[in-house]
Amino acid sequence: MQTEEQLDRIHDVPPIAPMIERGQSYTSVTNKIDSIVLGPLRLSWLFGFGLAFAFVMLLMTAIGYLFFWGVGVWGVNIPVAWGFAIANFVWWIGIGHAGTLISAILLLLRQEWRTSINRFAEAMTLFAVACAGLFPILHLGRPWLFYWLLPYPNTMGLWPQFRSPLVWDIFAVLTYLIVSLIFWYVGMIPDLATLRDRAKRRGIRIVFGIMAFGWRGSARHWHRYKSAYLLLAALATPLVVSVHSVVSLDFAVAIVPGWHSTFFPPYFVAGAVFSGFAMVLTLAIPLRAAFRLQSLITMRHIESMAKFLLVTGLVVDYSYLMEIFMGWYSGNQFEQYLTLNRMVGFYAPLYWAVIFCNVGVTQLLWFKRVRTNTFLLFGVALLTNFGMWMERVMIVITSLQRDFMPSAWGIFLPTFWDWATLLGTIGLFFALFYLFVRLLPIISIHEMRELVHKTEPDPQGSDGREAARELVEA
Amino acid sequence: MPQGERAGTRLDLAAVRARLAGQTGRRYWRSLEELAGTAEFEELLHREFPRYAAFWHEALDRRQFLRLMGASLALAGLTACGTQSREKIVPYIHQPENMVPGKPLFFATAMTLGGFASGLLVESNEGRPTKVEGNPDHPANRGGGTDIFAQASVLTLYDPDRSQAVTNNGRVSSWDAFVAALRSTLAGQRASGGAGLRILTETITSPTLAAQFQALLKAFPNARWRQYEPVNRDNALAGARLAFGDAATPVYHFDRAVVVLALDADFLAWGPGRVRYARDFIDGRRARQVKQSMNRLYAVEPAPTLAGVLADHRLALRASDIAAFTRALAKQLGVDDGLGDAPAPAGVPANWLAALVHDLQAHRGGSLVVAGESQPPLVHALAHAINDALGNAGQTITYIAPVEADPAAQGDALRALVDDLNAGKVEALLVLGGNPVYTAPADLDLAGALPKAKLRAHLGLYADETAALCQWHVPAAHELEAWGDARAYDGTASIIQPLIAPLYNGKTAYELLALLLDQPNATSYQLVRQYWQGQRQGADFEAFWRKSVHDGIVADTAAPPKQVAVRPGFAQGSASPAASAGLELNFRPDPTIWDGRFANNGWLQETPKPLTKLTWDNAAHVSPATAARLSLATADIVELRYRGQSVRAPVWVLPGHADNAVTVTLGYGRTMAGRVGADAGFNAYLLRTAAAPWFDNGLELAKTSDSMELATTQNSHSMEGRDLVHSGTLAQFQQNPTFLHNEGAKPSLYPPRHYDGYAWGMSIDLNACIGCNACMVACQAENNIPIVGKDQVQNGREMHWIRIDRYYSGDLEQPTTYFEPVPCMQCENAPCELVCPVGATVHDSEGLNVMVYNRCVGTRYCSNNCPYKVRRFNFLQWVDQQTPVLKLQRNPEVTVRERGVMEKCTYCTQRITAARITAQNENRQVRDGEILTACQQACPTGAIVFGDINDAQSQVSTLKAEPLNYTLLDELNTRPRTTYLARLRNPNPELGTE
Repeated sequence: MQTEEQLDRIHDVPPIAPMIERGQSYTSVTNKIDSIVLGPLRLSWLFGFGLAFAFVMLLMTAIGYLFFWGVGVWGVNIPVAWGFAIANFVWWIGIGHAGTLISAILLLLRQEWRTSINRFAEAMTLFAVACAGLFPILHLGRPWLFYWLLPYPNTMGLWPQFRSPLVWDIFAVLTYLIVSLIFWYVGMIPDLATLRDRAKRRGIRIVFGIMAFGWRGSARHWHRYKSAYLLLAALATPLVVSVHSVVSLDFAVAIVPGWHSTFFPPYFVAGAVFSGFAMVLTLAIPLRAAFRLQSLITMRHIESMAKFLLVTGLVVDYSYLMEIFMGWYSGNQFEQYLTLNRMVGFYAPLYWAVIFCNVGVTQLLWFKRVRTNTFLLFGVALLTNFGMWMERVMIVITSLQRDFMPSAWGIFLPTFWDWATLLGTIGLFFALFYLFVRLLPIISIHEMRELVHKTEPDPQGSDGREAARELVEA
Repeated sequence: MPQGERAGTRLDLAAVRARLAGQTGRRYWRSLEELAGTAEFEELLHREFPRYAAFWHEALDRRQFLRLMGASLALAGLTACGTQSREKIVPYIHQPENMVPGKPLFFATAMTLGGFASGLLVESNEGRPTKVEGNPDHPANRGGGTDIFAQASVLTLYDPDRSQAVTNNGRVSSWDAFVAALRSTLAGQRASGGAGLRILTETITSPTLAAQFQALLKAFPNARWRQYEPVNRDNALAGARLAFGDAATPVYHFDRAVVVLALDADFLAWGPGRVRYARDFIDGRRARQVKQSMNRLYAVEPAPTLAGVLADHRLALRASDIAAFTRALAKQLGVDDGLGDAPAPAGVPANWLAALVHDLQAHRGGSLVVAGESQPPLVHALAHAINDALGNAGQTITYIAPVEADPAAQGDALRALVDDLNAGKVEALLVLGGNPVYTAPADLDLAGALPKAKLRAHLGLYADETAALCQWHVPAAHELEAWGDARAYDGTASIIQPLIAPLYNGKTAYELLALLLDQPNATSYQLVRQYWQGQRQGADFEAFWRKSVHDGIVADTAAPPKQVAVRPGFAQGSASPAASAGLELNFRPDPTIWDGRFANNGWLQETPKPLTKLTWDNAAHVSPATAARLSLATADIVELRYRGQSVRAPVWVLPGHADNAVTVTLGYGRTMAGRVGADAGFNAYLLRTAAAPWFDNGLELAKTSDSMELATTQNSHSMEGRDLVHSGTLAQFQQNPTFLHNEGAKPSLYPPRHYDGYAWGMSIDLNACIGCNACMVACQAENNIPIVGKDQVQNGREMHWIRIDRYYSGDLEQPTTYFEPVPCMQCENAPCELVCPVGATVHDSEGLNVMVYNRCVGTRYCSNNCPYKVRRFNFLQWVDQQTPVLKLQRNPEVTVRERGVMEKCTYCTQRITAARITAQNENRQVRDGEILTACQQACPTGAIVFGDINDAQSQVSTLKAEPLNYTLLDELNTRPRTTYLARLRNPNPELGTE
């Protein structure tokens, strides 16, 4: 025994917590997940959805008011012509990043802990991108003409102006949306078949049946499915980097001090993953508690995500440092002024709040006790979400607020409708998420079964035969 | 409204019935509350459009007023615009001569302010006057410049708030009824020779009106004609009388002056000759490679003025100390005023006065001392004496007989009228123009005295405060609607010709006087023509008339020089200026709405005051030191108490203001201005007394705990160490002419563009810019630029395509002020073009950075990426698309932008296109100077020059080759087509370079 311990120490392999709790079987896993969908409606769900839906109504009101009067109902002005809308857009897109990262990159890297969280992380991605996608349209002066940004053959014989990063944005975001959607859906097909098979009511069976595309679980199906899934993962991987890089170019291409810098793409991608993981944690921790999924989303998952949060957080912190350094090192008086203005100007509280949330709070994650305490971790994740939103606001507003000509300097103050739109999209996000939780399997059933197979290498009485029996039953 | 108050709203139906029973004829009423005459309804009336009040975004109110003007049920109901005209509408059978649909015509006319004419050329599009330009041949507008008031006059013309019907006691009546009422009163007056007849007008220089008054006073020898306007020339006229013993008016020749001293004299912005003087003065300041010289200006004044901040040496001195300063100066220059000892007041550096004396003495015959209207007669007299002693008379200053038809002191005239009113001597009072109830000194209490006249009639553009106290109100025709004549600062007469038939059946003073003279059907046209026929007998009258009307000036009517001599010891007997003590109160006409007559003009309300950049409000200006002493900050509300009167005013801390003095501007706080001017600012007239119309000591200032929001278009004072305005001194320039030059274009990744045809460019001479804002208002008129209202200006959403940046350098007490007009720079490497996703802002083949409004979707990315921040966005529906009368004002050549669209300066691309088409038709190139942008045309000093930079001979190319030429934010390599000529100052070496 001593030698084994020594060996352990030599190889520096810490004892690894299991991927899922021991003692799970195929049946227990399947039951656990599909009961959320097929089981009775829970009052708490109804309450939560109702609350979120109220905010969706607020969003509808805000949009109606906006469309009726024009974008002037927000606080935007000259010089700060972009305000909350663009900050919210960047923030939501960033949140969307974690989903694809978890699904695609971690799949390719064979990080199996991802399986417990990838489904809802992907859903989160989609809903976040949906929320994000609203803003570029809402913020237009004439939103009814948004399609002029798309390259389509038209009688005017006009194309978009391809030098503009906003056009690149459209391509990047739409590509991302489509690939994420396909990836998510494809990953769900075997589970939809499971739901089809286990649903008691005919109507539900038919719906899931159509959605499952005739999945029968044959070896050929599995073979093709696995290849397609892997290929899609490979396809989605570059998008994780590309989307936010392109979004960052909206800023980096402009000559505005505080925007015009070459490290924006990696800075934004790191920030995106950072905020995305924070949002996954924000969702996973309550979800896990509400549906008693501790056996599937174990402390190991939580801690892994916390580590990811720490790593990306440190990259973000490094970027902050670089921003200050480059501001000084550039020798450019406008950059220097901007850097100082962020720290001591009108929006200094915003800057220091960002530093507190994204630099200060993140350091707590060095401690295992924090990483494994869901309450603390939830707090950290929430503050990170908040901090990243403020960071986006800071980048958008403080850079515009005081650029080159002091005579044109101004101040942006959000109006009620700015806040209403932001809260409304948060409501929309959660409303969609509630629907997802109720209507689709939030954890990948078939991948969990694989994990069961792996965590229980030689379960007594529960081996390949039981799995085969389950399949036959299905 | 609290619940308790609402409970008091009770509709008394019995009262409604009683009121209805008492009515005869057709009367419009809007609600039962109105009929009941409840206070609630009155309140409702004051809150405009209550129906929408809750509906609107709270920040939109003033904007909304404008939008809904036309739809206003109030106007429709009250004016009873009844029957349709029975005339048939037919198209032209014979097209009028020169009339090509779609091609504007220009007519020469004139417009008055304070009675004095400025010569104008008015653009007419199919019979609608849309744009006012200066008449370059007119002496008051030499070169074609104008001021903001002339530029904004078209908006007043089309103001839907103008009074639209003759009213009797507030009810709609008719012209005939008014004539009948006036006739019966006149009949009673004939016997007494008009002993009870009084006529109150503003300053009148019109030869026709003067003749009419003469005739009237002959017919009614006991009647009295009084003139009063709040910004008058009493002090200047009295000063000339004091110096010469004879009435005279100085005419300055700034173009011949090398050293100028302004004694509280804003000769660039105040006074009949301001536009001409600005041109003449600036002509002496253009330093070029070939002419490396410029004049030198000294200014002594309490509150910074346009002339003052341009000065090479400016001394902030309380207004009450300026007389002592002038006496000290006069003494040192050998002038004896007969008042004895003349010590310089405290606060005047000894070397300052000595240097000034030396400089003036060194330029005998080439110097000029100018006294401002706000200074007492003694200062004017001293200035005349100094000019005389320096041999300037006949050189830089000449004298003419007063241009006013009756140069009597207006303050005394108004006092006499009030005395007559109080004595019950006045049977009939006709107020022809002006708003004396609002503008009269508070201590005269004209409002209290006026109702003592039995018949009171008011002729005016608006149903204003005076109209409210008169039984009869007759809408006046705007000067663009009626015939008339007037004289300019040098006596030159102009015929005022109408550009459009009166929109609201307005009448003129000419017609009203003719009525008194028993010529009831005489029109203004007949009267003016008759008068000039009397002046010019002979067969060639028709030719003379046509030429005079066509040219905008009546030839050879400039007043001949008058020989005057300074009386030795002229001031003997008059009071020696007392040493000042306490807090001083100064009154000034407002830089944008003047004496209040332009209060309902949205363009002028939204034009930032040149120095404070404040819009929609006036303020009590104090110096930084005084503010610190009294612990005041900008926007704090203070109570100003003076002689038992008090007003609450917001403070504005103004660098360069004299200490222990407060300056307030007149014209605000109107109660019946119309929907635009309502609730703007505070009424400074409430503090004004007949004895001290311009300044006095003894002001008390009490700080309150309140503060208010002020809408300014520029919050920052300093350039923050950025090289935005290149400036230096003349001496440096003479040493090394290229000392302010920047290195020029840097390499770009994009291939250079080539322009085979024209390449438009602009040069702005910062040495010539006086910050008067004429370009801003001209641009607004030319390009259909909307106003947005106070709240939106506060939110940074003003729409001006060209703005005048104001920066300070140096210390707070004696700052150097810089003005910098910033239109779109039309960059070669335009950052805005790069980022527009739909290609709505593109480069054209002549180098313009053009906006395609139809293509704009409103991402506002272009504005973010514009380092000059000259792009303007329609955040809301700014443009009033409903009110019909406002549509008439718009320039048909310029797209009216809807909400959600970005807009900006395009060098008046419509004017370029028009000239290009003309040139193509005539098979030639566009000539240099053929295209004038609106800002260039309006600029009184010619600071803006536009033209083809592909043509090396063009004026703009020559200016761009000047050593002082520089590019704004050169380091960004945007390669703007608009460049600047650096600002030079010419300090006296004796005083150091500061």
